[in-house]
Amino acid sequence: MMVATTASVSSVTVLVLAVFLASAVEMVEALTIVFAVGHTRGWRWAFEGVIVALAALAALVAAFGPTLVQIPLNWLRLIVGGVLLIFGLQWLRKAVMRSSGLKAKHDEDAIYAETVAELAAEQFTAGRDHVAFMMAFKGVFLEGLEVVITVLTLGTSAHRVGLAAAVAAAAVVLVTIVGIIVAKQLSSVPENAMKTTVGIMLISYGTFWVGEGLSIRWPGSDSFLLALVAIYAVAVYGLILASRQSVARTKEVAA
Amino acid sequence: MSNRPSLLVRIVKGFLMFWWGFLVGDTPELFVATVVIIGVTVLLGKVAHVSHLAVVVLPVLVIGALFISVRRTWPKR
Repeated sequence: MMVATTASVSSVTVLVLAVFLASAVEMVEALTIVFAVGHTRGWRWAFEGVIVALAALAALVAAFGPTLVQIPLNWLRLIVGGVLLIFGLQWLRKAVMRSSGLKAKHDEDAIYAETVAELAAEQFTAGRDHVAFMMAFKGVFLEGLEVVITVLTLGTSAHRVGLAAAVAAAAVVLVTIVGIIVAKQLSSVPENAMKTTVGIMLISYGTFWVGEGLSIRWPGSDSFLLALVAIYAVAVYGLILASRQSVARTKEVAA
Repeated sequence: MSNRPSLLVRIVKGFLMFWWGFLVGDTPELFVATVVIIGVTVLLGKVAHVSHLAVVVLPVLVIGALFISVRRTWPKR
């Protein structure tokens, strides 16, 4: 009984952390674009783009959410696990490359400046501002889609869609409030560290669900998720160090 | 007569393109690695009936896939 409770708490903790951090990171990216649109072209079109994007995301959830529940559990876990593995490995690859200097860090200030420049190049038209609307819509829809996929895949396979959705909503509200308070200074958010953490959690969940889908018995049941998180964290840290050494050696040879 | 594809074709094409970009994108090696990881785990369970071995092999393969993908980006000496 005690073991089952501990396992359940571990599973819920990883789920909540993964969904919260993933949603927060995506929201920071979306908010940067919305701020750029609002400051440059006016808030009305930015808000319209945000609202239509949120409605489109809600429609997607309504359409695909119930369909996912119809899939047999083992198949669902195998498919979800596979998607989470790919998704998490992609996040981690970029995060490791950014941490080791193989790739430039995600700079919200640069994205803000780039979006403002792009909008400034477009001429204002009388009446409806389609450019501003589309920019805000695309920013929120594309980043929001990643949140929706994370919520649906993690939530459905753990039978906790409601919890996952509530956590994602809390992250979205929190980032919005903080974003409004600090205006457009979202660059101070430690995005790469958050992405690394989310990536580790996604591949941990991915590994776990692939195993569950194939009827593997994990030692300690759901608690093994925490062991996977620890194993992957150590491996990722080692990979970052090795990548940094490789970059440093190349610079030494070039100098 | 317009050669423009119908709305349904464009929607289906857009849907497939989205998932292709999402799952494969610029890192096809990670997609292939995931398929291989799942395949190897299935084989371990079905052929050798060694479910306990999969507990070790599965995370090792995931770490290996990440290492190979990042290793490809290391600067050439």
